[in-house]
Amino acid sequence: MIEFWVILTGVLVGATCGIAGVFLILRKMSMIADAISHTVLFGIVMAFIITQSLNGLWMLVGAAIAGILTAYLVQLLQSSGIQEDAAIGVTFTTLFALGVLLITLFAGNVHLDVEHVLMGEISFVPWDKWTILSITMPKAVWMLLLVLVINVAFLMLFYKEMKLSTFDYVYAATIGLPVILLHYAFMTTISLTTVAAFDSVGAILVVAMLIGPAATAYLISKSIKEMFVWSVSFGVVSALVGYYAAKWLDTSIAGMMASVVGIFFIVIFIVDKCQQRLNKKAVANKRSF
Amino acid sequence: MLAGNLLWVLIGTSLLGIAAGITGTFSFLQKQSLVGDAAAHATLPGIAIAFLLTGQKELPVLMLGAAITSALSIYCIQWIVTYSKLKADAAIGLVLAVFFGVGIVLLTIVNRSPLGNQSGLNDFIFGKAAAMTKSDLTWLFMSAIIIIAVSLFMYKEWKLIIFDPVYAKGIGLPVEALKACLTALIVMTIVTGIQAVGVILMSALLIIPAASAKLWMKRLHTMLLFSGIAGGLAGIVGTFISSLRVGLSTGPIIVLCAASIFFISYLFSPKSGQLSKYRRKNKFQQGEV
Repeated sequence: MIEFWVILTGVLVGATCGIAGVFLILRKMSMIADAISHTVLFGIVMAFIITQSLNGLWMLVGAAIAGILTAYLVQLLQSSGIQEDAAIGVTFTTLFALGVLLITLFAGNVHLDVEHVLMGEISFVPWDKWTILSITMPKAVWMLLLVLVINVAFLMLFYKEMKLSTFDYVYAATIGLPVILLHYAFMTTISLTTVAAFDSVGAILVVAMLIGPAATAYLISKSIKEMFVWSVSFGVVSALVGYYAAKWLDTSIAGMMASVVGIFFIVIFIVDKCQQRLNKKAVANKRSF
Repeated sequence: MLAGNLLWVLIGTSLLGIAAGITGTFSFLQKQSLVGDAAAHATLPGIAIAFLLTGQKELPVLMLGAAITSALSIYCIQWIVTYSKLKADAAIGLVLAVFFGVGIVLLTIVNRSPLGNQSGLNDFIFGKAAAMTKSDLTWLFMSAIIIIAVSLFMYKEWKLIIFDPVYAKGIGLPVEALKACLTALIVMTIVTGIQAVGVILMSALLIIPAASAKLWMKRLHTMLLFSGIAGGLAGIVGTFISSLRVGLSTGPIIVLCAASIFFISYLFSPKSGQLSKYRRKNKFQQGEV
């Protein structure tokens, strides 16, 4: 049973991040996700300092606020003429440093140590349980399910709008879509995803799960829908393979999941290149006849 | 007050700040600030591999390993951008997270091994500026001075390849080699700094002083000067503040000092600060200009 919960958590992380990652890649905002995954730490610490509890829901709220704040600050710096990469870099490193400092000052003794936040500890997941509607499941599973529902609902409601504002921002703005609101709503789902997953795989490895499967899917997909299917599949399979590999080698589960994401990317990258070369050759051969 | 070790640490962190400020400016101008972030995270697997191969905790060995994987990560990003349809942001995020994940896997393996005797290696994630020994500091001094000297020596060539690469090629400069040399120096800065401020906060030292300098200065040499001074100042003031009380970790405070310099520049810089922009706008609206 314990193993089941750990695996289920991993699979949910893979699926949730896989869904969230697609528009991240398409909108060229991967590094904002990286930034948010660092600043979530700041949000969680602030939530802890204000409420003095490690309640998961407050953490979700704190992290969501930190995520929006990050997106907002990056936007603010960028619109006042600071180049994009520097705007992202300045914002997240500052908030992250603040988060680390606040932890060492105010939350040193609690389970909120920085290493845990960065690397996660998925094997502790089954011990921390919540009972809602007389169903008892690990906290992480509840939170991931909640965020998965939010992500899916967001996409079902705003798929068209997201697609349009991703590929033709100017047109979307002219026909009156609230593109800026959409941007912040999307950033909110990213920070919710990050905080739901950070408990199990750690803040930085969330980035691997957010970007990796979607980037791999991007290489081989011909439509957005296809990309969603591939991205979620890569996410889930990386989590599963990562879990068993980590168990076999007796090492960090989260780290292994990220490594498997990397391996998948390399394999697909190479296969895709070979395929393209073969196609080119086939076309060249046809021409020579 | 300035008892023994503190003085040396102060000199060390200020030299590091100056070196990072200078190389950071070059990478900032190439719009590669976040590549430095990825390269900093990618030092982790190198440190672990170097330790696993040699079984030694000698700093030069670990630094060599860190430099190799760090440089490798930069080349991976370039490969992905050149040979796939993925954009730079996705490539950077993917490489960053996967290298960090592999690093954590290797680190847990190291910690389990009988040689492990851990702790020492974990310090690289967060740095341990205040607890650096004489021999750590000797390395820091030497490489910081090399970095500063080489940047000054190559100033003219790098200026040309950053601002006018076509012309540089035209007059027969080895552009690729010069770029590789610049990359090597950035990697060296990161490797030098991770011992003091850690993997995650190192990127802040590369980005923030350079971004602040851009707000004040227009010309490269003044920008380098400002950025170097800002970095050095952040190092000195940060180390000093953190020595005032036990439990204030040095890395985050150095970063926050740099961030305050950026914040002041953002508000008050005469050329592109928010205050002067606001004043200009007011004057314009009153019809004085």
